[in-house]
Amino acid sequence: MKWLNFPAWLPENVSTFGQGVDNLFILIYWITAIVFLAVMAVLVVFIIKYRFQEGRNAEYIEGSTTLEIVWTAATTVIVFGLAMLSLPQWNKIKFPSQFPGNPGAVVQVNGKQFNWDMTYPGPDGEWGTDDDLQLENQLHVPVNEVVHIRLTADDVIHSFFVPQLRLKQDALPGRFINMWFEATKPGTYEIPCAELCGFGHSGMLGYLTVHTEEDYAAWISERWGE
Amino acid sequence: MNDHAHDSHDHHHEESFVRKYIFSLDHKMIGKQFLIFGLIMFMVGGGLALLFRWQLAWPDRPVPIIGVSQTYLEEGEVATAADRKWEERFDDDKETWLETNMPSGVIDPAFYNSLFTMHATIMVFFVVVPLLVGAFGNFLIPLMIGTRDMAFPVLNMLSFWSNMLGAVIMMAGFFVPGGHAGAGWTGYAPLSSVVDLSGVNWGQNLWCISLIVMGISSLMGSINYITTIINMRAPGMTWFRLPLAIWALFIVAILLLLAFPVVASALALILFDRMAGTSFFLATGGGDPLLWQHLFWFFAHPEVYILILPGMGMASEMLPVFARKPIFGYKSMVFAMIAIAFLSWIVWGHHMFQSGMNPALGLSFMTTTMLIAVPSAIKTFNWLGTLHRASIRFTVPMLHSLAFVSMFVIGGLSGIFMANAPVDIYIHDTYFIVAHIHYVVFGGSVFAIFGGIFYWFPKMYGRHMNATLGKVHFWISFLAFNGVFFPMHILGVGGHMRRIANPMQYEFLQQMQPISAQPINVFITICAFILGAAQFLLLINVFWSIFRGKVAEQNPWQANTLEWHAPTPVPHGNFGAIPQVHHGPYEYSVPGADKDWTPQTEPNGESPHGEPVPAGATAD
Ligand code: HEM
Ligand SMILES: [Cu+2]
Ligand SMILES: [Cu+2]
Repeated sequence: MKWLNFPAWLPENVSTFGQGVDNLFILIYWITAIVFLAVMAVLVVFIIKYRFQEGRNAEYIEGSTTLEIVWTAATTVIVFGLAMLSLPQWNKIKFPSQFPGNPGAVVQVNGKQFNWDMTYPGPDGEWGTDDDLQLENQLHVPVNEVVHIRLTADDVIHSFFVPQLRLKQDALPGRFINMWFEATKPGTYEIPCAELCGFGHSGMLGYLTVHTEEDYAAWISERWGE
Repeated sequence: MNDHAHDSHDHHHEESFVRKYIFSLDHKMIGKQFLIFGLIMFMVGGGLALLFRWQLAWPDRPVPIIGVSQTYLEEGEVATAADRKWEERFDDDKETWLETNMPSGVIDPAFYNSLFTMHATIMVFFVVVPLLVGAFGNFLIPLMIGTRDMAFPVLNMLSFWSNMLGAVIMMAGFFVPGGHAGAGWTGYAPLSSVVDLSGVNWGQNLWCISLIVMGISSLMGSINYITTIINMRAPGMTWFRLPLAIWALFIVAILLLLAFPVVASALALILFDRMAGTSFFLATGGGDPLLWQHLFWFFAHPEVYILILPGMGMASEMLPVFARKPIFGYKSMVFAMIAIAFLSWIVWGHHMFQSGMNPALGLSFMTTTMLIAVPSAIKTFNWLGTLHRASIRFTVPMLHSLAFVSMFVIGGLSGIFMANAPVDIYIHDTYFIVAHIHYVVFGGSVFAIFGGIFYWFPKMYGRHMNATLGKVHFWISFLAFNGVFFPMHILGVGGHMRRIANPMQYEFLQQMQPISAQPINVFITICAFILGAAQFLLLINVFWSIFRGKVAEQNPWQANTLEWHAPTPVPHGNFGAIPQVHHGPYEYSVPGADKDWTPQTEPNGESPHGEPVPAGATAD
């Protein structure tokens, strides 16, 4: 029954905040699994025990205020608890004011039908200057360093999704949305588009390459020299 | 109070065929029209799903039967349609419809988008709403509250025929140049609002127009329901003696009335953007793509509750009848539905956590969404309570009601995952959402509809459906349903995006651990074909039983509610004399009573709800 263990199906996590997301997922998984099994057990027991039998009648029971109060209170506490537990996680990932500083790379990602354009500002740190570097569908970042991304779109809404980073954010035409991540493992990961964007939506795919420190330095100097 | 002119219809003149079967003013006939219409559209919507399920399991292979092309037979290979260019879709004069949409027999990616868009649009707007609200709403409201017809019979007829018109417009979209709308049932702008960004032209326009027409139909229906329920209840039918199905339909009518104008205006704005050069949803023209999402979800979240509340109501009718017990916590059931109705207006942002909306807003929407899980839980526990110390009859409607409860539990619990904003970062726009939708709408509403059809069929057509066939249909549907939708949770957890035509394009899906996504997709598709095939059993059962079913007595299930007090088949005008209601609808197994049911029309001294109301007293 391993396949019933949802958390086992999550792809490997390679971001610093991903574990937090996974932990919430696992917590909810266990809460819901227990609730589900309990409800089903009660249901099955009732179905068997209280099936129609000759000579036994149903009992006239209209309800129970105590029970109503108990289960209303219990579910309220559980769902509110879950909401409170997830606040810090959400703030950490999505609130620009809480993003960690000192990024090791800053990149603009631009979704357009049906590619991701990645623009590096170059050594001067500014977009729109001569030393910008634009790559199609290739995002290169250093491992264990904060990366800041400025996400936008040219035409329709796209969604930047890297499953292994546990990061997803829609890209809106006409807006710049900031996001961040810190990858913890070198490698190449896919960046599918997760928002329907037209007939080429399926297969709109970029690649995130997470370099070791030396590799990344080499990659940088290859492009801009010293 | 309302038995004026109708009495004269009771016994004499035959109506003309057209008046009786086509432009009927009788709520029962209109309900049946909606029923047949909804069932046919159900097969259409299901057929579309099977087409795209084929593509998901065996991407870029020609679809069997309709898709086996000459090229494929000769060369055994096909060029993937994704290579084709924009403009080709427009020079339609060279190609047949099939070649445009399925070149070499393979579903074109643009056609794939139209397929899932229309599948969802049809299922939501032309199947579940017409069946729950149109068919059962029309048939049950006057009968269950004890009156002769709807308040506005002509409006009622117009509601059905405008719904029909909407459906015709929607289906026409398949045959216009540029193909049908392909921006999803959610129609996100600017993909839906700029012709050049999708290549879809009149398809999307017709989608908007059809939904507006269909919404007008819902408006007419809801005004009618609200008026009828408020004004025309039989004497003694106080608010807290109303059957829960009527409560549900009443609340749904209010939701429809308030939600529809919002989406109608939003759809009109899309039409302006497309046809009049405005830019409400276009950033370059000073508009905002997120505006559409706010307007759409402000409507569509209440809409999804419109899709479930009547199902909840119907299950709450059937469970007590076959448990031979009062519903557990009647008032808490009513208040839970009212709570859901209020909360459903302030949770729409949970569809937009990752949309670029201010993340602080996400927090408030997360909290309200978590709250809406509470009334859903209350209802579930009350259904369980109803089974406690019951005497359960496993009839076909009861099997469906039990399936409804257990499937709704799964759908509600998966809702908790997505309501959690950080977790939703990962599962948003994946198959996890698709699983959730189908557990609540198919596992919930559609099973309630199946059960409801079986349960009320004797009153509708004066004949029983075949129970054996009904059980076979139930078990195949139930097992195949879970085979289709349960594994979608797993795909979602593996990161499988929704709305992609070819999962094989993604390395991480092919590498999914412990099982690759592809065999799972194949398994799902096989189950989907079984599920689809099983629905023919339902159709056969319905149509065969209309003419040949076992003749039904007046109250075959020994139920309490007023529709069973009406003669079978129900005459025009429903009741001989308007019944007097003495107590609530769920007085089963009352201690000391001579039988284990006590119709609402029979006084019941024992029960706390049984205080007799003076004859002739009005509803309030
Ligand atoms: C326990 C109560 C429920 C909760 C907490 C809940 C929560 C959610 C959330 C958070 C989403 C958005 C997920 C995302 O896109 O990332 C969602 C989607 C959806 N829910 Fe629910 N839900 C609940 C019950 C229902 C019910 C009763 C229905 C309908 C009968 C329903 C129908 C839908 C549909 C159709 C969508 C998908 C819309 C789309 O994107 O196409 N939900 N739900
Ligand atoms: Cu896309
Ligand atoms: Cu919602």
